[in-house]
Amino acid sequence: MDIKSTKSYLYWLYCQFELITCSYLMEPWEKLLFYTFNITMLATALYTAYVFVSAHLCSAFQFFLHLFGNQHENTVSVVK
Amino acid sequence: MANPSAVCNGHLHHHHHQKQNNLLKSGIYKKNGITKGMKKNGVSNGTLYKKTFIEHFEQAPMYVAVLTFLGFGVGTIFGYLRDFMRAWGLEKRNIAAEREEQKDFVPLYQDFENFYTRNLYMRIRDNWNRPICSVPGPQFDLMERVTDDYNWTFRFTGRTIKNVINMGSYNYLGFAETDVNALKTVTIELQKYGTGVCSTRQEMGTLDKHVELEKLVAKFLGVEDAMVFGMGFATNSMNIPALVGKGCLILSDELNHTSLVLGARLSGATIRIFKHNNMQSLETLLRDAIIYGQPRSRRAWRKIIILVEGIYSMEGSIVRLPELVSLKKKYKAYLYLDEAHSIGAVGATGRGVVEYFDMSPDDVDVLMGTFTKSFGAAGGYIAGKKDLVDFLRTHSHSAVYATSMCPPVAEQIIRAMKCLMGLDGTTQGLQRVRQLAKNTRYFRRRLHEMGFIIYGNDDSPVVPLLLYMPGKIGAFARRMLEKNIGVVVVGFPATPITESRARFCVSAAHTREMLDTVLNALDELGDFLHLKYSRYSKSSHPELYEETRLELED
Repeated sequence: MDIKSTKSYLYWLYCQFELITCSYLMEPWEKLLFYTFNITMLATALYTAYVFVSAHLCSAFQFFLHLFGNQHENTVSVVK
Repeated sequence: MANPSAVCNGHLHHHHHQKQNNLLKSGIYKKNGITKGMKKNGVSNGTLYKKTFIEHFEQAPMYVAVLTFLGFGVGTIFGYLRDFMRAWGLEKRNIAAEREEQKDFVPLYQDFENFYTRNLYMRIRDNWNRPICSVPGPQFDLMERVTDDYNWTFRFTGRTIKNVINMGSYNYLGFAETDVNALKTVTIELQKYGTGVCSTRQEMGTLDKHVELEKLVAKFLGVEDAMVFGMGFATNSMNIPALVGKGCLILSDELNHTSLVLGARLSGATIRIFKHNNMQSLETLLRDAIIYGQPRSRRAWRKIIILVEGIYSMEGSIVRLPELVSLKKKYKAYLYLDEAHSIGAVGATGRGVVEYFDMSPDDVDVLMGTFTKSFGAAGGYIAGKKDLVDFLRTHSHSAVYATSMCPPVAEQIIRAMKCLMGLDGTTQGLQRVRQLAKNTRYFRRRLHEMGFIIYGNDDSPVVPLLLYMPGKIGAFARRMLEKNIGVVVVGFPATPITESRARFCVSAAHTREMLDTVLNALDELGDFLHLKYSRYSKSSHPELYEETRLELED
């Protein structure tokens, strides 16, 4: 039963997407074109995120760590 | 305030005398020692509005506007794509095009101008121009039609969809009926006069029926004289040019009907627009007009006339008549009130917005209305002082050139008006007006509770329900038809681009069951299409909250 309500919820979400983007009004070949374009764009965005965003985050994290690391050493030397 | 229409043994007393007596009893404030019978200027509490004037124009959350534009954007992109394919011959062209031999001539059909019609309207065209095959009463029959090529052409399957609940016809008092008893006098007149008049008013087209009808309309409205015309749209567009001309100023509401706009443009007068129902904007324009006069010569304007409607059919808002009349008196302008949707539909006895605000019909210079909406007939009238109507009889284009109203239609209006005034000896007219008011209040209250965004005054029988997104216009109308309910949806050129809506017209002939069917269908559809944008919806079960509070106090 839970599967059914999830399925109907997903169907409802799909209907909302159709209505908002006017793909409800399109002929079948136009829908195909539109969805292909959308899915391609989404796939490209996800791939870019996977490949580049994690590398960027790592290097940013390293940079900040380096910054705070230096400060910590300085304060220790003054107290001494 | 005492109810002026006393009903005794099922017979309605003529309430004019009683109303006057009531007013004198309540002690009208005397101005300059003269008491004017029906006028209520300077009544004891000093305010202009005698009952609460509640109008709603709620704005939807911002994301709705963004998504609407997104939808239109996608539609536009695909429109360009389709136009490109049509231009390069990849797709068949279904619209009008010139012949091969005419390609070098000046183009007849400017392709881009109809961009919206071709690419967006055509996709949902099956929701409009649906042919009906019965009387447009509270329920009607539709002819079923299907399309094989995405709405470019239709064909009828031969079936009729029976008993579709009618939420779109302007049948406010339910006079669109086929009951034989009700139409007895109309049948007699049809057999006596036939159907055609074959002439204009000024030649040989004035029948005794027209004279009788005009006297009755004047009596109904409480004015000196009236004139009737065969078509409501033509009443506006042909009579405004007769009343104003060059050198006059027309101040017209932003959302006026096309007939008023057309009449104003045909007249040749200068037109200035004030914001919808906004009296400050109107006052600014009036002051500027009087201070600065005509544009180049700075002479005084020959005439200043204000064009407004009683109920605006796309918004459901009612005109602010008391403020308007006080403004017009202060600046000495004329007032033209188009009561197309409000005559018969508002007011305690159905006499329109003038009665709704308890004002005297002498305050409005030109009272115009139509018989199409509340009287189940066709045509329009202009009423006012005898001098005005006599002038129009000779100078109106409609009187000189248009065929006059046909006799059975005139008789239908006469019988409907007599029923409303109680002259046929029953209280049916008053019951219809009260039933309409009850239905209106119920319908609007339930829709507000459900959480839809509804525009307009709480007392107006025109109920616009906002849909916003172009995709939802088609989905809404189609699904309502599947549930056997016929609605009218309106989109871009008639409304602002982000505010497409479904417009319901409540009728006195709708029973509570029909309204409940419609409301349940709307509830379901509202959840499915996600239309309940209102942020101020009231709870539909306030009594439950009351109970818990009592329990806590224990």
